[in-house]
Amino acid sequence: MTYRLVDQVICAASESWRDSGEVLATGIGLVPRLAASLAMCSSNPDLMMTDSEAWIVSEPVPVGPRGDYTIRAETWMGFSRIFSNVWGGKRHAMVGPTQIDRFGQANISCIGDYAAPKVQMLGVRGFPGNSINHPNSFFVPAHSKRVFVEGEVDMVSSIGFNPDRLPRGYALDDIVIGRVITNLGVFDFAGPDHQLRLLSLNGDATVDDVIENTGFEVCIDGDVPPTAAPTTEQLALLAELDPHDLRERALG
Amino acid sequence: MNKLTSIESAITSIESGMTLGIGGWGSRRKPMALVRELLRSDVRDLTVVSYGGADVGMLCAAGKVRKLIFAFASLDFIPLEPYFRQARQSGSIEVMEIDEGMMMLGLEAAARRLPFIPTAIGLGTDVLTRNPDLKLVQSPYDDSRDWVAMPALELDVGLIHVDRADARGVCQINAPDRYMDDLYARAARTTIVSAEEIIEVESMHNDPHASRAVYWERSETTQVVHAPLGAHPSSCQPLYGHDAAHFKAYAASAKADGGWQGYRDQYLTGDEKAYIDAVGGEDAIRELPLPVY
Repeated sequence: MTYRLVDQVICAASESWRDSGEVLATGIGLVPRLAASLAMCSSNPDLMMTDSEAWIVSEPVPVGPRGDYTIRAETWMGFSRIFSNVWGGKRHAMVGPTQIDRFGQANISCIGDYAAPKVQMLGVRGFPGNSINHPNSFFVPAHSKRVFVEGEVDMVSSIGFNPDRLPRGYALDDIVIGRVITNLGVFDFAGPDHQLRLLSLNGDATVDDVIENTGFEVCIDGDVPPTAAPTTEQLALLAELDPHDLRERALG
Repeated sequence: MNKLTSIESAITSIESGMTLGIGGWGSRRKPMALVRELLRSDVRDLTVVSYGGADVGMLCAAGKVRKLIFAFASLDFIPLEPYFRQARQSGSIEVMEIDEGMMMLGLEAAARRLPFIPTAIGLGTDVLTRNPDLKLVQSPYDDSRDWVAMPALELDVGLIHVDRADARGVCQINAPDRYMDDLYARAARTTIVSAEEIIEVESMHNDPHASRAVYWERSETTQVVHAPLGAHPSSCQPLYGHDAAHFKAYAASAKADGGWQGYRDQYLTGDEKAYIDAVGGEDAIRELPLPVY
């Protein structure tokens, strides 16, 4: 069965939700959304999902133009109710930060001097609330030192494993970050002292590629296996979830 | 009480230095006709609270904003709001950058007449370090943790766009999401609502679906303005979608020589009627496809 790197990446990313239980799965952006959808259709049918607008749907909504497809809405889920869900903790999101540091702190707000940023991006959005309330995984389409920065991220938008920023009454283990999926590999923050740990390598990426493109030390524990290849079943599901093959360009 | 008034008259109640809350979300159901009328005024030094889209961008571009309280500003399908970016990157506005949910709590606190609402949101992030005015509190009960005391975001004026309202201020939102519009109405001392259609309230009697689409009592509505297509270029579901072509032209104007002045000259020299004509006319707006997310 032939597959592309992006297919492998989406299937690997969908593993983030396998053991999440009955929670709202939110994938922000095409690859995370397809990954969450795939998980709901395969490894974790208990997941809940929205149409990315205002309804909880009983099955993931295919991405792109919908043709005759009508969403299978089961309840209203406007933004105010999303926050009720977030604050209750029953959610696992996958988001695409612009910067990630060795503590797992992430940034989507701005780059450079805060008073007049070199690059203003979105703002912190829901990152602070998400990160203190429920697990979050990260997706990075182009693994580089510009994303995995040497120092701290410019605007800490989500809490990470930084002892200097740990709120009073919290332990580092109270912070939960799921997986980190990039074009190069699959990672988590379960290395020694919550160090970023390489779990598997995507496509033909090598350990050296990872080391060269990460601005901080990565835990590499013995021989790193290749990321699993997508199964025929997964590829068939992906074809249904992404009928227009929008994912073809998702890794740039 | 008849709260129906003209758009010009409604906007004269806004004074320089006020704190303004703007309903909608990103590119969705923004009270843009009210914002445009504000752009035509000489009001300035506003503090703006918004889940921001072109409302924030335009007010920044026109130099109306002293301080922005925000979690994001985005045109959704164009992720980065062009004039908000310019304002931030040139350091021309003061900001209070907070989480989306914190903003909701701030509005809730104001709506409930509380000084603050405790939350874990913001802990461990630069939201705290960049906003030294945000204080931590300890629980008076048995608890070892610090909590962020999200202060009430009290608004002088709330601006909201709905699809239907009656002259007494009963407002219906038939879109899939009301966003935080009910909280803006409650957090604001006065609320100006623009409506696609002015209805007789009798049309809602014995229609539970219509009555369920009313999210605040009419006592929270101060003025009602009839503004058909008043959300353009943002969407007003189920009536029309956002105007992608117009947003592209708007975003392109930020990079063109004339910049904001060019956009203003092209679209904002006349009244709302002239605006609707300049952006393609009523029929074209009504044909805008509903967005797919």
